[in-house]
Amino acid sequence: MTALTLTNVNKSFGNVEVLKDINIEVEDGEFVVFVGPSGCGKSTLLRVIAGLEDVTSGEVRIGGELMNLTPPSKRGIAMVFQSYALYPHLNVRKNMSLALKQEGQTKQVIDERVAKASKMLNLEPYIDRYPSELSGGQRQRVAIGRAIVREPKLFLFDEPLSNLDAALRMNTRLEIANLHQQLDASMIYVTHDQTEAMTLADKIVVLRDGRVEQVGSPMELYNNPANQFVAGFLGAPSMNFFPASVVGDSADITMGVRPEDLFLADDGPLAAKVTHVEHLGGDTNVIAMMQGHQVTARLFGQHHVDTGQEIQIGYTPDRSYRFDTHGARLA
Amino acid sequence: MNKARQNPLNTAAMHGALILYTLIALFPVFVIIINSFKTRRAIFREPLALPDSESFSLIGYQTVMKQGDFFLYFQNSMIVTVVSLTFILLFGAMAAFALSEYRFKGNLLMGLYLALGIMIPIRIGTVAILEMMVATGLVNTLWALILVYTAQGLPLAVFILSEFMRQVSDDLKDAGRVDGLSEYTIFFRLVLPLVRPAMATVAVFNMIPIWNDLWFPLILAPAEETKTLTLGSQVFIGQFVTDWNAVLSALSMAILPVLVLYVIFSRQLIRGITSGAVK
Ligand SMILES: Nc1ncnc2c1ncn2[C@@H]1O[C@H](COP(=O)(O)OP(=O)(O)OP(=O)(O)O)[C@@H](O)[C@H]1O
Ligand SMILES: [Mg+2]
Repeated sequence: MTALTLTNVNKSFGNVEVLKDINIEVEDGEFVVFVGPSGCGKSTLLRVIAGLEDVTSGEVRIGGELMNLTPPSKRGIAMVFQSYALYPHLNVRKNMSLALKQEGQTKQVIDERVAKASKMLNLEPYIDRYPSELSGGQRQRVAIGRAIVREPKLFLFDEPLSNLDAALRMNTRLEIANLHQQLDASMIYVTHDQTEAMTLADKIVVLRDGRVEQVGSPMELYNNPANQFVAGFLGAPSMNFFPASVVGDSADITMGVRPEDLFLADDGPLAAKVTHVEHLGGDTNVIAMMQGHQVTARLFGQHHVDTGQEIQIGYTPDRSYRFDTHGARLA
Repeated sequence: MNKARQNPLNTAAMHGALILYTLIALFPVFVIIINSFKTRRAIFREPLALPDSESFSLIGYQTVMKQGDFFLYFQNSMIVTVVSLTFILLFGAMAAFALSEYRFKGNLLMGLYLALGIMIPIRIGTVAILEMMVATGLVNTLWALILVYTAQGLPLAVFILSEFMRQVSDDLKDAGRVDGLSEYTIFFRLVLPLVRPAMATVAVFNMIPIWNDLWFPLILAPAEETKTLTLGSQVFIGQFVTDWNAVLSALSMAILPVLVLYVIFSRQLIRGITSGAVK
């Protein structure tokens, strides 16, 4: 069964169209990530699914039922906000149990679920503290706990990790992945962090300017991007683009090659001058200028390359992409 | 800033300035209170002297008490002030919440209309208000005063509170909605506690003008049983003779309740200021 179906969803604020003709399906138990540049409408889409915004036109179905007019609390969803949004005047236990009380659950059920969630998230030592007495990571776990206790069919996360530092972000990311396995519920997760998108998702939805650019598994999108935008958006460092005239093809065609598909070769077809070298230990990123176009080559292992050095670069033609002037992929 | 704080010279200067200001501000109050305990002659001979065994007298307080209705006046003032403040805060906060939280047609216009009252003094409409009160039979009731003061206080209250409510995190309100809280619960349980410092500010700004007002009590409710304290004290001020003992005693007693209310609100005020600073 499908957990969520969006059919021709449009959303405007006044005469600003923010979401344009969105069609998305989320299967039961699937982990779907929305990515896209800032302002492309990810949060708005999530809020439309949650029922915090009404659609201008189109259908929102959750678990097969039409939910266009259903208030957020009756949609069987739970949402985790970027700013945690914990109730400042309630302690951790009450923060988690509030929604259950509103639903009219018995005290026994409430205690049971809160205990289970706080065990799952290691929140037991903090259960009687107030949000102001918790660190950022702990607050985020409480926010996740508040979502878990409701046992929703669909979890909505809006950039839940963006306020955490790098180490904590990685831990919490793993925790969310674990949760997904344990809970066996569908999750929709908004982020503009590549790594989160690639590692967590069963399915990635790439959005731009309120439109869906492409939907697919992380590897599908990585290996087979539908257009130049998706190709450039996924992957770090991002794909190199240069006019095909550099390799003797039409200047109307844009070539795209991923940094890891470029290599140093004395007989390589591309001549370039090194402008910068990044030694990352495991990898070496060589940034070079090639006929006025900057390209990045990601070399595995440690290489000795000097700034200013003239190099020849080779690439694998069958791992290169070609796009027309509008950015559409050419075969 | 930290350095400036630690420097003892700066600290001394800062405290010096604050103490000086406190003295200046408290001086008139002090003069009123000491003179209320003196004989009439002593008041005029040495207005700044403390009462001693010779000049000490409770005659002013006795006159005020004998006047009999003083407690009624007191009660009237208290009712009018507290009820008006309650209405101003409640309705002001509700209007502010609607303006800051909901998108509807004419939201901006409505906000401007409500704020217009800040610039137009309500006393301009005194004649019309009096006519309205006569027509509705509210003249010489406390309701007349309460309604007028509520109207007078609302514009600034809506203006200040909606500014503060806009700063309350949207995510918090949305989290409440997802958790199934009604809009009323969100308003009363989530938003109001977070704008408490602003509420205290509004309360303090409105309290003193209402308590001290002479104009509307004189025009709308001059009857004996609805007189407020300020109006009641006027009986001691005559065109030819003024009973200064009684006036000063009445004023001294009138200060007390305002002081108590102020202490209650100012605690919120200070908490609001410091919590904002730490964030
Ligand atoms: N209430 C609103 N009224 C008018 N325009 C809005 C409103 N909310 C969002 N928008 C507009 O909708 C667009 C999409 O906003 P949204 O918050 O969904 O972006 P986003 O993809 O979540 O961006 P970010 O990654 O920065 O969070 C933005 O251009 C924004 O200005
Ligand atoms: Mg967003």
